[in-house]
Parts: sequence; C-alpha cells; structure tokens
Amino acid sequence: MDKIYTHPRALRKTVTHYCPGCGHGILHRIIAEVVDELAIREKVIGIAPVGCAVIAYDYWDFDCSEAAHGRALAVATAIKRVRKENIVFTYQGDGDLAAIGTNETIHAANRGENLTVIFINNAIYGMTGGQMAPTTLLNQKTATTPKGRNAQLQGYPLKISEMLALLPGVKYIERTSLHSPQEIIKTKKAIKQAFLNQVENIGFSLVEVLSPCPTYWGISPSQSLNWIRDTMVKEFPLGRIK
Amino acid sequence: MPKITVDKNKCKGCLLCISVCPKGLIVVDKELNSLGANPVKFKTGGECIGCAFCALICPDCCIEVYK
Ligand SMILES: Cc1ncc(C[n+]2csc(CCOP(=O)(O)OP(=O)(O)O)c2C)c(N)n1
Repeated sequence: MDKIYTHPRALRKTVTHYCPGCGHGILHRIIAEVVDELAIREKVIGIAPVGCAVIAYDYWDFDCSEAAHGRALAVATAIKRVRKENIVFTYQGDGDLAAIGTNETIHAANRGENLTVIFINNAIYGMTGGQMAPTTLLNQKTATTPKGRNAQLQGYPLKISEMLALLPGVKYIERTSLHSPQEIIKTKKAIKQAFLNQVENIGFSLVEVLSPCPTYWGISPSQSLNWIRDTMVKEFPLGRIK
Repeated sequence: MPKITVDKNKCKGCLLCISVCPKGLIVVDKELNSLGANPVKFKTGGECIGCAFCALICPDCCIEVYK
C-alpha cells in the first residue's frame, strides 16, 4: 500500500494557533507542497504579514521574515533585489494587502518586481476581532458594521486584484477559492504558476485566495465553505484575471 | 482497500473532512483529544476510494491517505 497523501516536508509538524476550519492552515499546507514540488525549500524566503498569519514562520520549515503591517511587499522588494537567487514571496491578508498596505502593494506591482504574492481574502480582519475589511461584502455584518456594510457609509468591496491587473508591471493574477477539494486543487495549480513565474523571471504574480473565517463570520466551518461558494464568489468571481 | 489515518491529537474537530467524504467514512470520536477537541476517526470496513478529499481540505494537516 502506498502513501498517496502525506505531510509536506516544508511544513513543520506543529499544532497551529488557527481556529478550527480556518483557511490559513489549508493555504500554509498548499504553499509547503508547492515549495517541495519545485524543490526550492533551500532558497525560498517567505514574508509573513501582520494578521492572523503573523507567526506563519513558525509553521513553515524554510526561511522567513516578518514585516510591519502592510509592508510585506516593501520588505520583499529589498530582499529580492539584493538576493536575486532566492525565491521571495509575501503572504498577506486583505487588511494587510488592501488597507494599510495598499500603497506598497500598488507600487511594488507597478514597478513590476519579480515577486510572488499570496493574498488571503477572508472579507474580514481576523486577528483584531472581526472588523470590516476593504473586501467585506455589502450587507455583511462585522464588529464595525453591525447592521451590515452599507455602500453609502463604507464604500464598496475593493477589487484590488482587478485594479492591479491594469498595471503593465503585473504579469499574472488569478483568483481562486478554498471552498471545495476541487477548488483547492486549482488554488495549488495557480500558486505553483505564480512561483514558477518568479523562477523564470517573468515578473509580478499574485494569487488571491477566497478563504473561510468561521469564527468571525459566525457560522460553522462547513457553512463557511457554502457561504464562499454561494455568496462570496458572486462579488469576487474566480478565474484568471491577467 | 484504500484507507486514511488521522493524527488525532492535531485534529481541532472542524469536521470539514466529514463534509467532503463521498462515502461517509469519517465520524466524530466521542473521546476528547489533548487539544480538548473531539477529533474525527476513520470508520473501517467501508468502501474508501482513496480520493484524498479529506486530506486536501484538512486545515491542520492531520490526514494521510494510503492506496
Ligand atoms: C500599524 C498597525 N496598525 C494596525 C494594527 C492592527 N491590526 C493587526 S492585524 C490587522 C488586520 C488583519 O486583517 P487581515 O490582514 O485581513 O488578516 P487576517 O487576520 O484576517 O488573516 C490590524 C488592523 C497593527 N498591528 N499595526
């Protein structure tokens, strides 16, 4: 009997601090699998964000750095420019990448830095207790939009991936989801492509991943997957954006 | 027959694996684990097809699949 699915080498065997059913754990594992398959564990450098994934470096078994909130792409730019032989990626939530870090994100993309960005869109701020994020859906209830997000007061869900796709420096953008095993396979394929683009010097590549946050959505893990499938993908359609 | 193993002391009991198993072969263990959660366990004797959906969806990397 052969083992057909096992723990990736690039992921430590620690119990994570994530809540039950959190998408960060799935995504950490997929990234570790891609790192193993591309045999880049000795030269990859991950940049952890501020957000629930702030201690992602305790979970991956490869080199990592931490960045101040929103500044992952500035730190990644510096590392990649002085260490071109390394494969550098950022791992950022919607608050990190699309709120406090919007400036760094847009300019790194516009400079066409040869970097890989994994963008976790869970439509909420997880770490700080479930406040509204730029990507929160209209009518979605959060700690700071108790009656639901209202476009007149809080604006519309920010489509940062579509915005970035307009920039000539950006070479690849795809939006995927974690709501089923089939979508997880597609997510892995997109992440692998985004890493390969860097290996081949193609340039700035980003994968936006719709990811469940059962705790702050206030529903069960399996209901969270249904919510992504039935509601979130209507606002954030899946597929290749650029 | 394909089968899975569950690292029961890493399982947080999110039950996502149960929601995707096409054969209904994963069940909740009544005994608490060291995390204080009710982990899942594999029901032997069923027709596991080794699809690995459970391992793909597991956020805590608790499942290994044999075929
Ligand atoms: C400079 C600064 N401002 C604000 C905060 C508070 N803060 C910590 S995490 C976070 C947002 C987290 O949301 P997100 O990036 O979506 O990640 P998630 O926790 O949902 O994975 C905020 C506002 C901070 N740590 N530093």
